[in-house]
Amino acid sequence: MLDLTWLLIAVPLASAFVLILAGKRADAWGHWMGVAASATAFVVGFGAFLQMLGLDAESREHAVHLFTWISGGELTVDAGLLVDPLSISFVLLVTFVGTLIHIYSVAYMEHDPRRRIFFAYLNLFVASMLLLVLADSYLLLFVGWEGVGLASYLLIGFWNHKPEYATAANKAFIVNRIGDIGLIIAMGLLFANFGTLSFDEIFAEVGSVDTAQLTAIGLALLVAATGKSAQFPLQSWLGDAMAGPTPVSALIHAATMVTAGVYLIVRSGDIFALTETARVVVAAVGAITLIMGAIIGMAKDDIKKALAASTMSQIGYMMLAAGLGPIGYAFAIFHLVTHGFFKAGMFLGAGSVMHAMNDSVDMRRYGALRTAMVVTWVTFGLGWLAILGVPPFSGFWSKDKIIEAAFVGEGWQPWVFGLAALIGAGLTAFYMSRLFFMTFHGKARWTDDAHPHESPWLMTGPMIVLSVGSALLGWFLASGDRFTTWLEPVTGHAEEHDPVLAVPVIMTLTLLLVAVGVVVAWLKYGRADVPEEAPAPSLGVLVASNDFYQDSFNRAVLQRPGTHLTRTLVYADAAVVDGAVNGTGVGLLKLGEFLRKFQSGQVRRYSALILIAVAALIAGVVLGVL
Amino acid sequence: MSPIAFVYLATVLFGIGAAAVLTRRNAIIAFMGVELMLNAANLALVAFSRIHGEIDGQVMAFFVMVVAAAEVVVGLAIIIAVFRARQSISLDEPAELKG
Repeated sequence: MLDLTWLLIAVPLASAFVLILAGKRADAWGHWMGVAASATAFVVGFGAFLQMLGLDAESREHAVHLFTWISGGELTVDAGLLVDPLSISFVLLVTFVGTLIHIYSVAYMEHDPRRRIFFAYLNLFVASMLLLVLADSYLLLFVGWEGVGLASYLLIGFWNHKPEYATAANKAFIVNRIGDIGLIIAMGLLFANFGTLSFDEIFAEVGSVDTAQLTAIGLALLVAATGKSAQFPLQSWLGDAMAGPTPVSALIHAATMVTAGVYLIVRSGDIFALTETARVVVAAVGAITLIMGAIIGMAKDDIKKALAASTMSQIGYMMLAAGLGPIGYAFAIFHLVTHGFFKAGMFLGAGSVMHAMNDSVDMRRYGALRTAMVVTWVTFGLGWLAILGVPPFSGFWSKDKIIEAAFVGEGWQPWVFGLAALIGAGLTAFYMSRLFFMTFHGKARWTDDAHPHESPWLMTGPMIVLSVGSALLGWFLASGDRFTTWLEPVTGHAEEHDPVLAVPVIMTLTLLLVAVGVVVAWLKYGRADVPEEAPAPSLGVLVASNDFYQDSFNRAVLQRPGTHLTRTLVYADAAVVDGAVNGTGVGLLKLGEFLRKFQSGQVRRYSALILIAVAALIAGVVLGVL
Repeated sequence: MSPIAFVYLATVLFGIGAAAVLTRRNAIIAFMGVELMLNAANLALVAFSRIHGEIDGQVMAFFVMVVAAAEVVVGLAIIIAVFRARQSISLDEPAELKG
């Protein structure tokens, strides 16, 4: 099975092409074919996983050579897959959650005339994402990286007949391009220093390269990661990306694609291991984003945007963990996996709620949905408990470890990062409980035409499976350090360090803050009445609900000057470059016009000219001028 | 008589020829002007030959005469062709080559 891993990419990709090319005749069965392609990928991935489990820890890294990609003189670039515990973990997450979301989409997109195309894009995404995580070089990873970007763009703008949705797709695409430039620069630096882009060869030689170069590479990789993973300062696209259909938000913008940045950092762990500076910057970016996302999440009334802010914040946790070095890599991936389950589950729950409420996303018009939608309520509730970090649900096992790891270290770092992670947990508890209570508890504030009902089993089924994962996966993977041991061949063995605070103290503080967050949210949004119209916002709420005015900032500081710069350049191009070219032409034309006057066709005038010219020449010679 | 006088004469003849070419519309007259200019040049060549005591100028004059004879043949043929086409030998009328 390990050698068949190319099927993981080939099957969904082929399915995507068939779905697009087959046209309307595939409308009847196309969506099931999409599901089958994703499920096949899962079966292959699971087979590879089982085979890998049978191997020793040392021999679990398996390289699959596909073909020689570029061959030119001394440069040969091979396309190959790297199957190791890290990539297989991603494969299982992507294909399993992906397949569930495919099934969910069959029902969710039932009334959409372009459902077949939707599944083609979903399959394209799965193929690209698997290529991203399985690639054995930065170059091949980049192909997958761009592929998921394309799929994300196509799916955010899936309902592009609405101009603002098309704009959101453009925004996501453009912000991601900025990150991609980071990755391109990183690849350029890597190639300049190592002469290759393959993971194996780079990580083998990494010790022989100057630290300053490694820091530059690390920071460029971080730029790439911030773009893809919606981290500060490139996070502005994620909120708008919620314009896409909800299954897309669940799969791409919560569970898988946005975690690609974390994958990139962890995969490049050998580089970051040698550059303290880049690591601290990664952790700082994570800490800033986790607090920022949580604060934004507290002020959103749009259920999907609140969840998007939460995704940002949770990926901030993963980034923070990844920035801590080997001690955090395994926890970053661990949290990534559990987050993939509970956040995808909650997004599907949100989709189910929207389905029932005429696609309204305004939580102020929800309320008391627990009686109308029991399955959604319970599954969402499990996800809610998981993200809060309530023991024994998934999030407790992964997030608590990150908070503990953040407190490890010397100097100011453990205090800053640890406290950020700790406060983040409290904020998370507040905004997620606010979301949960506003949606499912309190009084019904439905619009008159809303008749909430439970979704069909095709939708609730995946939600139930994901909620089981949200509840149990963390415990299963954490018991006996299963997951960290499994990842050890890739992430390296982490030395045990004691946090600056005792572990029980940290745990108690975390749970205490979580409890406070939940209670405050209950008092304000569960027990008390929630106004149907948002009250006049205080300054803090105003700032948070506008994403810290980052869009305005970007517009004023980046877009406007950029526009002016472009206009200046366009003007300069027209005036100087085009001016020189056109000027030459116009000058020659004028010269021709002038010379034309002498071509009168009058023989006598010609002879006069000849005479004058000869006389002038002779005069010149005689006078010594010529 | 100093040979330099012939140079002055040649200059005068050249001037008369050039004036005829430039001022007369009749192609035949202009053509005669050209001939006059050629012969002025011949005279100058012979005069210089005498002044310098070398034979080169006189040889050159013979060449010029041969060329002039050939030119007369071609030139008159052109004038006749133009006359047949336009019923006129005015130099100012044909302006097809105007740019």
